[in-house]
Amino acid sequence: MPQNSPQETPAPARVGLFVTCLVDSMRPSVGFAAVKLLEDAGCTVEVPRAQTCCGQPAYNSGDRADTQAIARQTLAAFEEYDYVVAPSGSCAAMIREHYPALLATDPDWSARATLIAERTHELISFLTDVRGVTAVEARFDGTVTYHDSCSGLRELGIKAQPRQLLASVQGLSLNEMQDAEVCCGFGGTFCVKYPDISNTMVEEKSGCIANSGARTLLAGDLGCLLNMAGKLKRTGSPVEVRHIAEVLAGTTDTPAIGDPAQN
Amino acid sequence: MHSTAHSFKDNAKAAVADPQLKRALGHVKSGFIGKRAKAAARLPEFEALRDAARDIKTHTLEHLDLYLERYEENVQAAGGQVHWCASADDARAAVLDICQRVGAKTVTKGKSMISEEIALNDHLEANGITPVETDLGEYIIQLRHEPPSHIIAPAVHLTKDLIEADFRAEHTQFPAERQLSEPRQLVDEARQVLREGFLKADVGITGANFLVAETGSSVIVTNEGNGDLTQVLPKVHIVVASLEKVVPTLEDLSTILRVLARSATGQEFSTYTTVSTGPKRPGDLDGPEEYHVVLLDNGRSQMLAGELREVLRCIRCGACMNHCPVYHAIGGHAYGWVYPGPIGSVLTPALIGVEEAGNLPNASTFCGRCESVCPMRIPLPKLMRHWREREFERNLSPAAVRYGLAAWAFLARRPALYHWLIGLEMRVLGAIGRRKGRFARLPFAGGWTRHRDFPAPQGKTFQALWAERQAGRGR
Repeated sequence: MPQNSPQETPAPARVGLFVTCLVDSMRPSVGFAAVKLLEDAGCTVEVPRAQTCCGQPAYNSGDRADTQAIARQTLAAFEEYDYVVAPSGSCAAMIREHYPALLATDPDWSARATLIAERTHELISFLTDVRGVTAVEARFDGTVTYHDSCSGLRELGIKAQPRQLLASVQGLSLNEMQDAEVCCGFGGTFCVKYPDISNTMVEEKSGCIANSGARTLLAGDLGCLLNMAGKLKRTGSPVEVRHIAEVLAGTTDTPAIGDPAQN
Repeated sequence: MHSTAHSFKDNAKAAVADPQLKRALGHVKSGFIGKRAKAAARLPEFEALRDAARDIKTHTLEHLDLYLERYEENVQAAGGQVHWCASADDARAAVLDICQRVGAKTVTKGKSMISEEIALNDHLEANGITPVETDLGEYIIQLRHEPPSHIIAPAVHLTKDLIEADFRAEHTQFPAERQLSEPRQLVDEARQVLREGFLKADVGITGANFLVAETGSSVIVTNEGNGDLTQVLPKVHIVVASLEKVVPTLEDLSTILRVLARSATGQEFSTYTTVSTGPKRPGDLDGPEEYHVVLLDNGRSQMLAGELREVLRCIRCGACMNHCPVYHAIGGHAYGWVYPGPIGSVLTPALIGVEEAGNLPNASTFCGRCESVCPMRIPLPKLMRHWREREFERNLSPAAVRYGLAAWAFLARRPALYHWLIGLEMRVLGAIGRRKGRFARLPFAGGWTRHRDFPAPQGKTFQALWAERQAGRGR
């Protein structure tokens, strides 16, 4: 069981897991790691079937009407829960920071969006800041480096929380890379709309990852991880890439991102 | 200035492949960022000052008409004259009028982005007047016939060996065997050349970092002292400035100055902060005989009306581009017009049209680093999204993007269909990709796989596996 700070004994909570479209489609093991971490922190986890994507592809392409429709659909799917938790800073920030503004002039949804937004959290910061988790019971033998994904860092203030929990993983040592807070060049549709710029950015990032000397790269957002893993694998780097939830949950038996299935 | 913003993608492609540019841009990252961080950390009230500075500008913009009128009254009271110019054409004509009236042959210029915006040098040259840029960076790019690539460090795209070559080619009056490889030697030589320009100039043109309503003053901040010589030595001083530069009082000015240099270069204060109020008064030892302010609108009063008003808080410190990973990758020229970086991405579409500059607000990952350092707390990502929405409304986005997005949104709004289809697709992709764990190539994913592999999905979706798990538990 995870350890809590002594003054906090949070009541059981009913969490709606916002899986995120990338975890759902590309790497369900991250979703199960999230479920384990949440259950260990005393939450009951449910996964509404009526969720798809948070709407960022439309939102960041200027398609406000579709984004609003997706926002209403997502909010309706999660309204009944104590908390909405996503294993992604970017998707959590979308619901938490952007849905209320998107629906501000919608008389049916404005107030509800604000209420749900306040109950929406990114996974790791939810564990530490809401559930008072200070340590996890997990083992990972090796050096890791952690990339601060932009939305989590700048919109939700996630910086210390993942490092605090990583420090409690037995056998793990963290080598900070230079410029951990600089964007990896993913940016959703940006990476395919401006491939040359995106490539220059992820090349820079790959250099920082390599220079850290870490064997494993971790981050809290699968989009960034797919981008960085794609670049590292293309260039033959031996660095393994994983979502931080997998390490914290101790579920690293699956192949790392972009690595072949073990026989 | 002629825009190449429409060919942004090609510009960017060329820029990322330019090793000299990459070397030069390395200095932006290694220099500005650390210096700003240190300067901010040394001042406990820095964040509070950012709020105060933002509030001053927000207030001023709410009452811009009032402050501009007061500003003009006080310029006139000090013996100067304000020339209201709605467009770049008007501003060019106003400057040329003054220069021709006094028979100017040579004008010296302090650094001014507005002068770039209205392409003033080309206009003066076309009318037989020689402009001499006196800011070192501006002087260098003038020699090269290039626009600035950064709003406070116009020649930041150049390395010193290139500048040495330019000086050797241009300054043939000096012995060929002279030493010129050190920055100090380059500065000394430029200073020697520019001194002639200062003495010859009939008119001095400067920009303005601020205009102060309560005194009718214009204010410039510089590090080289060239601005002072530009505005004090000639008989006529022309200030070219856009109308959002006005602040109510000297007290407000001092608040904003405290965040400006720290955000820009990490200095606590620029080396020179020069306040000019009208022409030389009786008894003054020096100063110009005439003092003119060419006050440019060029679309800004339109911006006041909507969401873009926040852009007008900008004090042109350059922190947004100094911290922008896209700027670091491509430099300033790729943006294709006067203002590069995040501020350019929101300002340029407003000034020259989103049809021309639509790529700029799209070429951002919304990483938010610009907003996090902007001293005036301009929500740059939000304003880039504003332009994307205008483009989408007007069907300006490429057809492939619009159809792809429409198909995706259709699915995303139908969860049952979405889960069925994604479930099928991932099972296929997962089965094919399992052995290698990734794809080097995928249909319709060339933008991704040109530079990276595409990691293979694990196979079944989370929703499918979760449904199996729930069914197993229920049994």
